[in-house]
Amino acid sequence: MLEQTGLELVNWARAQFALTAMFHWIFVPLTLGLSFLCAFFESIYVKTGKEEWRRLTRFWMRLFGINFAIGVATGIILEFEFGTNWSNYSWMVGDIFGAPLAIEGLVAFFLEATFFAVMFFGWDRVSKGFHLFSTWMVAIGSNLSALWILVANGWMQFPTGMAFNPDKARFEMQNFWDVLFSPVAVSKFTHTTSSGFLLGSLFVISVSSWYLLKGRHKDMAKKSIVVASVFGLLSALFVGFTGDEAAYTDAQKQPMKLAAFEGLWKGQENAGLVALGVLNPDKRPGDDKDPFIFEIRVPGLLSLLANRSPGSFVPGIDDLVYGNSAQGVMGADEKIKRGKVAIQQLAAYKKAQQLGDQVAAETALQKFNDYKAYLGFGYLDSPEQAVPPVGITFYSFHAMVALGTLFILIFFIFLVLTMKDRIEGQRALLLLGVLSLFLGFIASEAGWVVAEVGRQPWAIQDLLPVTVARTDINVGSVKTTFFMFLVTFTVLFIAEVGIMLKQIQIGPEGK
Amino acid sequence: MLLMPRKIVGFYVNGFRSMTLGKTLWKIILIKLIIIFVVIRLFFMPDYLNTRFKTDSERAQHVMNVITRVHVPGGKNLIP
Ligand code: HEM
Repeated sequence: MLEQTGLELVNWARAQFALTAMFHWIFVPLTLGLSFLCAFFESIYVKTGKEEWRRLTRFWMRLFGINFAIGVATGIILEFEFGTNWSNYSWMVGDIFGAPLAIEGLVAFFLEATFFAVMFFGWDRVSKGFHLFSTWMVAIGSNLSALWILVANGWMQFPTGMAFNPDKARFEMQNFWDVLFSPVAVSKFTHTTSSGFLLGSLFVISVSSWYLLKGRHKDMAKKSIVVASVFGLLSALFVGFTGDEAAYTDAQKQPMKLAAFEGLWKGQENAGLVALGVLNPDKRPGDDKDPFIFEIRVPGLLSLLANRSPGSFVPGIDDLVYGNSAQGVMGADEKIKRGKVAIQQLAAYKKAQQLGDQVAAETALQKFNDYKAYLGFGYLDSPEQAVPPVGITFYSFHAMVALGTLFILIFFIFLVLTMKDRIEGQRALLLLGVLSLFLGFIASEAGWVVAEVGRQPWAIQDLLPVTVARTDINVGSVKTTFFMFLVTFTVLFIAEVGIMLKQIQIGPEGK
Repeated sequence: MLLMPRKIVGFYVNGFRSMTLGKTLWKIILIKLIIIFVVIRLFFMPDYLNTRFKTDSERAQHVMNVITRVHVPGGKNLIP
């Protein structure tokens, strides 16, 4: 009974976090991308001095402003959730992430109060150069304000640069630069921000395609498409490059996630990459069932991408659960045993401290340190619990990558046809252009699903499972706030879409 | 000396006055902030450890209990 309630509670808390994070992630990538596009448009205006570029800039800036206003502060709710639903996790990492996040928030506030004000109120009131400078500062500032939260997320995936202090039950910073420049944090920041640039570009393509389909504001639409498709194409290529880097760091630091999003159950040398596939839903760890109902594989490519070494061994889910001594892979079964020793020693340390027995405390601490890398596994009951939901992770990853490839094509075709002034007659393509924004959101949300569902059951990789990270509160209250957030965000989303559509309908002439 | 701050204040006041779409957006922002900070924070999402415990050492003690409880004899097993 107790176990049931615990699971229900943790699942509601996870659902709530997923809901709010995914809603929040509707506004953020648009802000990241549109802010830079506004800066590009305005730079062209300042360079050419042409009135049509000024009107165009002000139009996109207005849409950017709507998105910003509606999205701003929605991320705070996620921070509240940490304190309410995930208090053990919050306590354990609060020392490190609390202060930088607060400083970042403060800097962002002052940046916004000054440069946003100039960006929106400053037309004709400040010099062209200062206005342009402010627009660039907004773009750079908005993107930088995503830095620390992404570094924090990167740390949860690959906890480096910190040490656990058993007296405070907290992780404490050992090396700030290791945290900031960890390979996971770097690939996360670059992949995430560039995916925002891509999405912002799709937004401009989508709205402009709609204008061209309606035969309105054709000149502005074509000009916007050229800038957005150049930025989009470069961003999409960079997204592919950083995505490859993210997959490589997964292979090194979170091999279970890689195995899940590739549907790799049995490890292989010279492993192939699944380009397309349908998973067998009945497949379970350790059984001999075929993992796929259907698949198209590129031979050897996974080994190359995962280890940057052709023919190398890539561990599968079964290897990571039950171990593969021939390949030097320790299984979750062995890690669970070691994790339980770590917990026991931590408890012994605590007890010895209470009794004032320094010798016993020291011995326990030394043993704990030997096993602390496996701490989180000690909370699992069976090695199979170390496996994330494979289906969701696999399909999300493949959707993201397939869409990423499609976007490269879309940007390229839009660029070429607009440069040749042949875009107007292409109804099917323009329809695809309108639709591409929604595909962009699917890819972007799918990315977070890969990153977060793919690392279950961990709140902090290998150290703290979600079942221990959560607060012991009433499941009813988590359910209540879940529905409250659902309503709040749905209202905000409707407001966003409604006000945007109205402004798009009005077009660049309107106020 | 006083000219500069006055100019800045004037810049903001004029900016706010001449807003059209911005007025709706500010309303949305204000309502949202009230909902987030007053309703949600105060009534629904309190910081669990801050409201339950007075000092950091009590908080640390509590978290330590949770992460070691599985092995404390007679302790409630919180972990499903
Ligand atoms: C083109 C090929 C792509 C590859 C190889 C790729 C690869 C990856 C990988 C491996 C992750 C998981 C990172 C982790 O473990 O934490 C990820 C996450 C993510 N991806 Fe992609 N991706 C691609 C395209 C895209 C596209 C087109 C978008 C959106 C427009 C996108 C948006 C994201 C986002 C938002 C995340 C979550 C944040 C992060 O972990 O960086 N990706 N991607």
